[in-house]
Amino acid sequence: MSRDTVVSAHGVSKRYVLGELAGGYKLLTEVLSERARTLRRSTAPREEFWALRDIGFEVERGETFGIIGHNGAGKSTLLKILARVTPPTEGHVHLHGRVGALLEVGTGFHPELTGRDNVFLNGAILGMPRAEIGRKFDEIVEFAEVERFIDTPVKRYSSGMQLRLAFSVAAHLEPEILIVDEVLSVGDLAFQEKCLGRMEAVAGEGRTVLFVSHNLTAVSNLCPRSMMLDSGRKVTEGPTPEVLETYVRSVVKETGTSLTERADRQGDGRLRFTEVAFEAGGRVVDSPATGEDFEVLLRYETADGRPLRNVSFAIQVLTLLGEVIVHFYTRTAGVPIPEAPGVGEVRCAVRRCPLPAGQYTVTLWADQGGDPVDWIQRACELTVREGDFFGSGQTQLPSHQSVLVDHRWTVNALDGTPAAEGGVAGARAG
Amino acid sequence: MPSVTGTAQARAAPSTATVVIEPPVGWAALRLGDLWEYRELLYFLTKRELQVRYKQSLFGVSWAVLQPIVLAFVFAVFFGLLADVPSQGIAYPVFALAGLVPWLFVSQTVGQSAASLVGDSNLLSKVYFPRLVIPLAKTLALLVDLLIALCVLTIIALIYGETPGLAVFSLPAFLVLAVVTGLGTGIGLAAVNVKYRDVGVAVPLMVQVWLFATPVIYPGSLVTGAWRYVYALNPMVGVVDGVRWALVGAPAPDPVPVAISCVVALLALAAGIAYFRRTEMFFADII
Repeated sequence: MSRDTVVSAHGVSKRYVLGELAGGYKLLTEVLSERARTLRRSTAPREEFWALRDIGFEVERGETFGIIGHNGAGKSTLLKILARVTPPTEGHVHLHGRVGALLEVGTGFHPELTGRDNVFLNGAILGMPRAEIGRKFDEIVEFAEVERFIDTPVKRYSSGMQLRLAFSVAAHLEPEILIVDEVLSVGDLAFQEKCLGRMEAVAGEGRTVLFVSHNLTAVSNLCPRSMMLDSGRKVTEGPTPEVLETYVRSVVKETGTSLTERADRQGDGRLRFTEVAFEAGGRVVDSPATGEDFEVLLRYETADGRPLRNVSFAIQVLTLLGEVIVHFYTRTAGVPIPEAPGVGEVRCAVRRCPLPAGQYTVTLWADQGGDPVDWIQRACELTVREGDFFGSGQTQLPSHQSVLVDHRWTVNALDGTPAAEGGVAGARAG
Repeated sequence: MPSVTGTAQARAAPSTATVVIEPPVGWAALRLGDLWEYRELLYFLTKRELQVRYKQSLFGVSWAVLQPIVLAFVFAVFFGLLADVPSQGIAYPVFALAGLVPWLFVSQTVGQSAASLVGDSNLLSKVYFPRLVIPLAKTLALLVDLLIALCVLTIIALIYGETPGLAVFSLPAFLVLAVVTGLGTGIGLAAVNVKYRDVGVAVPLMVQVWLFATPVIYPGSLVTGAWRYVYALNPMVGVVDGVRWALVGAPAPDPVPVAISCVVALLALAAGIAYFRRTEMFFADII
């Protein structure tokens, strides 16, 4: 490894024993009775699960390196290993320099303590020496904009204030190697940008940053180089635009598989989606046009072929980078489904498709009283053709927008002459 | 367990510090240097403990004193007056208080340490630091209470005319024995509690039984002959007899039982630390 490599990981793997993964603790009496039972049978094989397999990468001093992947790809496990919260089962990582890991903001914040006490406590938990916290204290408080309340217990703070103070401590952590989760993606937008700005400044000072996220926009803004994980393995590593291309391709590949064959679904399976299609003007279409009325058509079967009570269905439309644009949900739309037939069809009619032309993915969800029965992320692709949303004859719409909305313009003269009115919705209705 | 090691100079010379993350292998050193490096975290966690405990409570720190005094009063009525339990020639209230003060310290240390890791599970799953810091902070905070209670005990003893002799200089040794006993038992149970939550239910019962095996209500001199040595396997026997001798003028305890208590306490501490260090790597995975 070269002299300026500050992070190097080789063959890092992590194995979990299933059952230990979800609620690892048990009662001793349970274990004893289990032992007694398994004595009679042969020893039951323990189900194993490799959350990470053979991950290797190197990061140079001063680099900002992104780690991306779908949910369950192994990002958080890798992060926990890098943060030394959990050990790897195999492999090793060398980190040269003082390490600061940020898996969460406000870890250890205590509601009864004042803002001042919490800053010192939280700083100590994140590994900041007391003298350093003391030196930066005023700066931290100012950054968080809570000067007036710093000697008030944080339980009296609004949640926004608590979050800002927690962020502020984290943002003033100045290790040589900073490992951050997508903790920065909460909080109000203005403050979020302030934090991202500080992170960029930190990276600019020659510090090394490892940024783990599924917020691809943030990764592409911050990290020139990144790697992608999938099912615990490294898929690719390189310049971020190329890695993102691989990511998008993997999304498209997934959506090509027929729904009945999809194994990556979650939920208890008492109902399963079997087919998804789009219809416009009474015919099945591949791609509806912007502004066109269309329907999303879902077919499903219940596991036992019998009707299922109290079901809700949801359809999400996302960008290829995984940002949710619209969410159709029977429950929030006020459409109760007391009983869904054993084999059935659900139609969701969308008036005047509000999506600009482009590629999207669709996530399907069904629940019974809130418990997921079937959930397929990126179930299919949705391509929207160019169309005339506003009925204005314009199909070339500005590209910097993610959703189209009906609206009305008025221009009034301030000297009392009658208004000139133009409404796109009005024009269409008329 | 050198599985996760930071060099001792991590802070002094940051640019040369190297952290190696590896799978854990077998048993290994105590890594007390690691603990020393996190002394500031220990300080702030102890401070949090003390601040939170007495925030918004009417009597504040005086709870540290009220609890043993109220119990001593109850014991004095039921055991001193009604049951006429002997008290080594000391006024029974002072006798009971001198037993209760170290007893409450150790039993609370055990109870709070045992629950400490599970109580701070969020910290364990998000941040790295030597996990021993958590039960240690509980113990240090209780030690503050103990020192306050000892002052009050001395004052009450003086009021009753029980003056400590030269034996008072042995007090620190018995307090160390109390800390070793409480900490050793507490951290072992804390580590077991992460995996088996039975501990949370078992500890209060264990503490109640332990009280009767300790000379708090009655004098240890009631146990005679060879049984004294079996009795001293409970390290609290050495602690309570020692504190009574040092502070309120009870007869000097026999050296052999005291030595037995010391050995048992040290063994408990060694076993507790060893088990803790062996399992701490996986706390975040199973908690």
